[in-house]
Amino acid sequence: MKPVNIELAKSFGLNAEEYAKVLEIMGRTPSFTELGIFSVMWSEHCSYKSSRVWLKTLPTKAPWVIHGPGENAGVIDIGEGLAAIFKMESHNHPSFIEPYQGAATGVGGILRDVFTMGARPIANLNALRFGDPKLPVTKRVVDGVVRGIGGYGNCVGVPTVGGEVNFHPAYNGNPLVNAMTVGIAATDKIFLSAAAGIGNPVVYVGSKTGRDGIHGATMASTEFDANSAEKRPTVQVGDPFTEKLLIEACLELMQTDAIVAIQDMGAAGLTSSSVEMAGKGGVGIELTLDNVPQRETGMTAYEMMLSESQERMLLVLKPERSDMARAIIEKWDLDYAIIGKITDTGRIVITHKGVVEADIPLAPLSDEAPLYHRPIIETPKPARLRETHDPVGFEVALLKLIGCPDLASRRWIFDQYDSTVGGQTVKRPAQADAAIVRLEGTNRALAITTDCTPRYCAADAEAGGAQAVAEAWRNITATGAVPLAVTDNMNFGNPEKPEIMGQFAAAIKGMGAACLALDFPVVSGNVSLYNETEGKAILPTPAIGAVGVLADVSLATGIAIAPGQELVLIGETKGELGQSLWLREILGAEDGAPPEVNLLNERENGDFVRAQILSGAVKACHDLSDGGLAVALTEMALAGDTGIILHPAPPHLPAHAYWFGEDQARYVLAVTNPHDILTAAHAAGIPARHIGHTGGNSLTLAGSNSISLASLRDANEGFFPAWFA
Amino acid sequence: MLQTGILLFPGINRERDMAIAVEQSFGRAPKMIWHKETDLSGIDLVIIPGGFSFGDYLRCGAMAAQSPVMQAVKAHAARGGYVLGVCNGFQILTEAGLLPGALLRNAGLRFLSMDTMLRVERNDTIFTSHYQKGQVFRAPMAHGDGNYTADPATLDRLEGEGLVAFRYADGNRNGSARDIAGIYSENRRILGLMPHPEDLVDPLMGGIDGKPLFDSLAAA
Repeated sequence: MKPVNIELAKSFGLNAEEYAKVLEIMGRTPSFTELGIFSVMWSEHCSYKSSRVWLKTLPTKAPWVIHGPGENAGVIDIGEGLAAIFKMESHNHPSFIEPYQGAATGVGGILRDVFTMGARPIANLNALRFGDPKLPVTKRVVDGVVRGIGGYGNCVGVPTVGGEVNFHPAYNGNPLVNAMTVGIAATDKIFLSAAAGIGNPVVYVGSKTGRDGIHGATMASTEFDANSAEKRPTVQVGDPFTEKLLIEACLELMQTDAIVAIQDMGAAGLTSSSVEMAGKGGVGIELTLDNVPQRETGMTAYEMMLSESQERMLLVLKPERSDMARAIIEKWDLDYAIIGKITDTGRIVITHKGVVEADIPLAPLSDEAPLYHRPIIETPKPARLRETHDPVGFEVALLKLIGCPDLASRRWIFDQYDSTVGGQTVKRPAQADAAIVRLEGTNRALAITTDCTPRYCAADAEAGGAQAVAEAWRNITATGAVPLAVTDNMNFGNPEKPEIMGQFAAAIKGMGAACLALDFPVVSGNVSLYNETEGKAILPTPAIGAVGVLADVSLATGIAIAPGQELVLIGETKGELGQSLWLREILGAEDGAPPEVNLLNERENGDFVRAQILSGAVKACHDLSDGGLAVALTEMALAGDTGIILHPAPPHLPAHAYWFGEDQARYVLAVTNPHDILTAAHAAGIPARHIGHTGGNSLTLAGSNSISLASLRDANEGFFPAWFA
Repeated sequence: MLQTGILLFPGINRERDMAIAVEQSFGRAPKMIWHKETDLSGIDLVIIPGGFSFGDYLRCGAMAAQSPVMQAVKAHAARGGYVLGVCNGFQILTEAGLLPGALLRNAGLRFLSMDTMLRVERNDTIFTSHYQKGQVFRAPMAHGDGNYTADPATLDRLEGEGLVAFRYADGNRNGSARDIAGIYSENRRILGLMPHPEDLVDPLMGGIDGKPLFDSLAAA
């Protein structure tokens, strides 16, 4: 074993200042294992040392929030004595190195964050960003990630009901895999991680520990270089079958009164789970590693403490319930081992083969963890886009847009995900703006979505952060559900670069403003920094996962239109083409300011639309986002296999700006009585416009050619199957 | 009314869906039976639901077929008892030798999750009495290994003796021989099929195309 000194500390990811702090806390040179523990606990991934000062500024409270950030996942009250427990988490770095296992274990990890709190997982979603589709590596990564998400989620029997995918060359070397799980628990049966009860046994449950994933959290805290593929051994390997057993075993054990505290072993494995449980409880913890179930021989204390082997949980139990707990765990063929006890020392003491391998005071390990106010340079706000000329016309532009990688049908992807297991999926992928999952045995449902528009964030991170939150809110609103809370997954480049920290700070500022204006608090989240390869950063990507509730599931509204309906556009259209997909796909430019996010308009327009849906007046509803009005209408037509006859664009706008502008706070409603909606909108001061009606089998623009649904469908469905043919 | 039991193997994940569908048609909940139990007395209809029993490691259904409860299922079948196996349940029945043939990896080598259309080959069995012969109904499918195969003589016999229960009617996505989606045992008291009628028994979930199968059983 190498000697412990500053060089070793640096190779573990600690800088000189941080190592000096370790020496000060310990009052001596730490052991090899102790240095390993400090380095993972103080890694960016575990300590949030660059992001914490900013995350603290986000709104996190509302009357329906039961537990905000700081627990394994956020918890909100959704009525009828039920809580929704949810979080989104990244697995970006592993997914580039080993796409299948990286994505699979990302799903496994976020599932554990949710069921460790007592929730049965009822839905998985994801938010994925990939590089240029023209590159062979992108195809390999997409294939592996999709197979990995499906391979894990399908096997554990949690439906994958939604998600989003973007492509951009900025993700060539750093794809993003953000996975979200939503679970349900009784509000009075929520389990936390704070250890308590001096002398209580510390119990290890789940898979055996191997040498996989050692220093995974540290890997996730550095940039990539040309040799990153050599880091494959730091990637974990998932076993969804064991995860399924772990879910059932934990939920069965949670029906008893045996558990004092419970925490999954995620990033930094046994180290972070034991340190966090004891630290939160203000107690000490003693571990005897000889008792840890091991699948390899000759493992050292360092290896066991830093392993990120998957499908493991750490529990503090009531001693008199230990035998009963063992019977339940062993019924599910899982390992059960008492590996330590809770103490009153305030220290973590780790013994292996009779030798004390680590003895660290817990309070300074967390309280004196590095906290950086990193320097910031704000990205200058881009000028508004100047007026554009349309070189191709409506039909060519629409066919090109709906077939481009960012807008093409995702069917090829979601057809590989089991979206119906559980029997409660009311709206499957692409049927509505948010997935709708009924709560079994009730008349209630959750609406769930993930959203972010990274190209907006790159141009103006503050507007982009606000837009991501607003779009998630809008997508939930468009189903008729009341948006309740969000989880955020902040994916950015190297925080030591002031430009990157500037993006981060601005995005948080925009998100915070939107969360406040929309009563949409952040209840959980995750930060992934250092998403750079050879010095090139990803687009700033603050992915938002959001949850809303529908009190009457029968009112859940999708995007599919039917013949004999009238179409009404809600919200103001100025024809904003800055950073639009039309601009990128037709003019080949990524220019201008992103569309303005007016949070007051968002709120008013959305509340109006939701009220109309809940009154039963709306047959279909779709929010407007990428590609604007024409793309949204095409998606509604294809979903309902019904044509549309459109009124011409209003004369005060260039036609292409009207059809493809990405102005925010807008919805298309399909109704049978447009007069009522227009009157109600007028009375409420909401911009509303009758734009056409449904019927036939083509998209017809007055004064222009009809485009058949068949050709629209071919264009929309073509990209992925052709790519993977 | 048939007394119904749903088998629980580690890794099974559609047992709730199945229990909901059964309860809706039968008016009472089925009994849930752990795979280590060996007594099926009092059970008329054994249902093996979908999922990934034992992680589908080794081969889909291979390990579950060796579970203690499967000895009891074989005895139940030998007595002329009713058995329904869906998806992983179908795979387990073929591995246990209660139905002929095998389910291979999908022809396209990808998991397939979408609605498919099934044609009812005959409606004079206890599983299909509430369908019309030749009726085409919708059912979600969700499997990686649904490619039904058997030797030509077995396939000829299945077709000749009217033991094909359902065929894919809207394209054969998984490569199954002769579009077969489900088959009966010789006495037509055991049915195995890949798609999931139990996931389409409620208008809220998009339809009730699967409900007649459970109504048929409830009326038996």
